[in-house]
Amino acid sequence: MAKSNKPIFWGLFAAGGTVTAFVTPVLVLITLFAAMRFSPALFTYEYLHAFAANWLGKLVIFGIILLSLWHAAHRLRVTVHDFGVRADTLVAYVVYGLAGLGTLLTIIYLLRI
Amino acid sequence: MSSKPYVREMSKTTWFLSQPRYKRYMAREVTCVFIFAYTFLLIVALARLAQGPDAFQEFLNALRSPLGVLFNVAVLIATVYHSMSWFNVTPQAMPIQMGEEFVPGKIIVSAHYGAWAVVSLIVLFLGV
Repeated sequence: MAKSNKPIFWGLFAAGGTVTAFVTPVLVLITLFAAMRFSPALFTYEYLHAFAANWLGKLVIFGIILLSLWHAAHRLRVTVHDFGVRADTLVAYVVYGLAGLGTLLTIIYLLRI
Repeated sequence: MSSKPYVREMSKTTWFLSQPRYKRYMAREVTCVFIFAYTFLLIVALARLAQGPDAFQEFLNALRSPLGVLFNVAVLIATVYHSMSWFNVTPQAMPIQMGEEFVPGKIIVSAHYGAWAVVSLIVLFLGV
């Protein structure tokens, strides 16, 4: 049987779907508060910098961003197909490429903090 | 295969408009666009955070535009829809068997909603 990379992408999709289901709405709510000038503690430089300065904080941020990216990328690939685009290989390169780029940038920025 | 296979007439781009449950499916799938975009917003925030307090303040100022508010409202609606659609199918995605019987779906779904509420309240408590 030919080797398939499906389990990797499917696993990231499922884990990402679960993490985004539990965590993302409340994060977006806090971002919305920040956008509406309610100045939530989480969205201040001091709080975020202190959180991202230690390894546990870095790991939490990396985990949330990594799983969100790969969840969204995998679902986007299927969704583009559902909207009638049949260039699956190209679409896969683009969406997984974006997710890979986002992952790489996240690592670089986290290491600079 | 027969010589004249049956091919159903269906639009490749608007097929999901024909039935309410197809529309709900597409609504659920499209939430990923918002989650993708929001995650890149987080990455930008991280980049600005790494550059220092002034850069981060600039990011906050940019976020505090009508577009920033509108974007976050749209993402909030999409992510809540994603969460509900994700939790509502958990009995099918991971049925739990105890002895001879399966745990009723309602209990599995309620447990997820309960955990969602707890996680959200903890993050709100710590972050607001």
